[in-house]
This record gives sequence, C-alpha cells and structure tokens, in this order.
Amino acid sequence: MTDHQGHDHSRTFQPDHPEPISDAARVGLALRELLFENDHYTADEEQAVIAKMQGASPENGGKIVARAWTDPDYKRRLLEDGAESIKELGFELEPYEFTVMENTDTAHNVIVCTLCSCYPRALLGMSPAWYKSGSYRSRVVREPRAVLSEFGVNLSDDVDVRVHDSTAELRYMVLPQRPAGTDDWSEEDLAAIVTRDSLIGTQRELAVR
Amino acid sequence: MSQGRFEAGQRVRIDDRTPPVHHRVPSYVKGQIGLVERVCGLHPEPEKCIRGDGKPFQRIYRVRIPQTDLWQPYEGTDGDNLEIEIFEHWLEPAE
Repeated sequence: MTDHQGHDHSRTFQPDHPEPISDAARVGLALRELLFENDHYTADEEQAVIAKMQGASPENGGKIVARAWTDPDYKRRLLEDGAESIKELGFELEPYEFTVMENTDTAHNVIVCTLCSCYPRALLGMSPAWYKSGSYRSRVVREPRAVLSEFGVNLSDDVDVRVHDSTAELRYMVLPQRPAGTDDWSEEDLAAIVTRDSLIGTQRELAVR
Repeated sequence: MSQGRFEAGQRVRIDDRTPPVHHRVPSYVKGQIGLVERVCGLHPEPEKCIRGDGKPFQRIYRVRIPQTDLWQPYEGTDGDNLEIEIFEHWLEPAE
C-alpha cells in the first residue's frame, strides 16, 4: 500500500456499515417480522424492552450490594430469594430467578455461562466482551484459580472456589465482601465502590476510594 | 420450596443422554454425581419448547459437583465446587 499523507491505508481501512449479514441473522430478522405480523408482540413493546436493558448497569448491582451490607435482614432476604427482594429496591428480572452468592473469608464465587452467555442483563446491563468469549467460558470451569489469577485474584488454599454455571433460568450475582474501614460510610458511598467485575466474581477486593 | 422429586442435600446423578434437540445440560457434567444445593422453581422445559410443544414446566435444581470429580488432574483444593442448574427430568437418585 502506498504511503498517503503519512498513514498506511492497509491499516486505517474501516469496512462500510452495515457489514454483510449471515444467513442466521437473516433468519432472525425474518422471524422478528413474522412475530410482529402475527401479533405476538409489537415493535413498541420490543423497543421498551431494549430501552430497559440499555438503562440497566452495574450501578444497580451496587445499590443492591450496599443495601445488603448495611441491612442484615435485607441481606438474608436477598440470599434466600433474590428475585423477590430486589423488587424492594425497584428492580426486577422476571421471568428469571435471581441468585445471589455471598463471598466470605473462606469462599469465593465466580459466574459463567458455558453454553452461551447468560447474564442478568436487564439488571446489570451488557456483559463484558470477555464474559462471552469461548476462552473464559471454557477455562473458568476447568481451571478457575488460574483464570482468576489472570484477573488479579490470587486465592490461597483456605478459600474455596464456587464456580456457578448459569445454564438455564437462573441469573447470578456475587455479593462481594465489604471492605474494611467503611463502617461509617453511607449506603450511597458504599454503592459507588462496587464494580461490575466484583459482581461477576473476577474481582475480590474492592478499592476504597 | 418443596414438592419436587428431590430435596436439598440429596445425592443425584445427571443423565448422560444426548437428545437431538436443544437442551441445557453441557456435556462436561453429563454422568456426574453431585449434591442438590437447593431446589428452585418451575421453568419451561427447553427440549419441548424448541419443538413447539407448548411450555411444559419442570423443576430446576442447583447441583453441586466437586471440581476434583469433574477434572483430573485439577489445580485447586478438595473444597472447590462447580454448581449448575439442572432440570428434574435429567436427574436420578444416586447412592
């Protein structure tokens, strides 16, 4: 490629959008049109679901975690029946069950979906790209400690790993441990230190800012 | 929650069949034995949904399998576990 105004076109080329679509994507689009035509749902209803998912983010998880840290009774309800107890905070994840797994001094939880990429999207927003990668999905069940150490989580042998494979109708969130030195923090400040990765379990220690 | 065929703490074996339709049991747990970690609710059975046979509901159980049973060799401890959701029609009691 000839040099043109100091940059190399072989590396700056961007494909036109839309990119060519696959046969599977074409079938998906056709199915969507049929669902509209046969009144299974309307385009407005579809749009409302998309808007709701776009409005979701890990901040919602942070609010749930902070409430659990500051209200032991709420924490008990959350661990018993996540789907029901998040309604108290104005969230919902139906038709899925919502299962919250608590990290302790002797247990660390990490979430994966080996079959596809199930994630509590309507609550926490889009999952990170690595969560959907074949590498994460296959390796975190086979060698969880090695994968966690690549994320910077180095577990000693007195901490058990619980890997949760989200294969069906349950969606998961990790309840990380409350950092030391935050005893007098407000619920709002506590919520702000909770990260997306700590809710998946690829982070264990939360930074106190 | 109650009324399921199995209860929490019970030993169960996950079937190792491979039906020629969409199903939600990954091959790495087929044939494995674990403990019911908790009994969950009723949910549509994937194998029947995909054939358009309505939405027959089946109970889901969370099954806990020691990592050292799943993988040899395994780099970790005897306390490491894999926990997975399995529909009732994939489970049998195990000794």
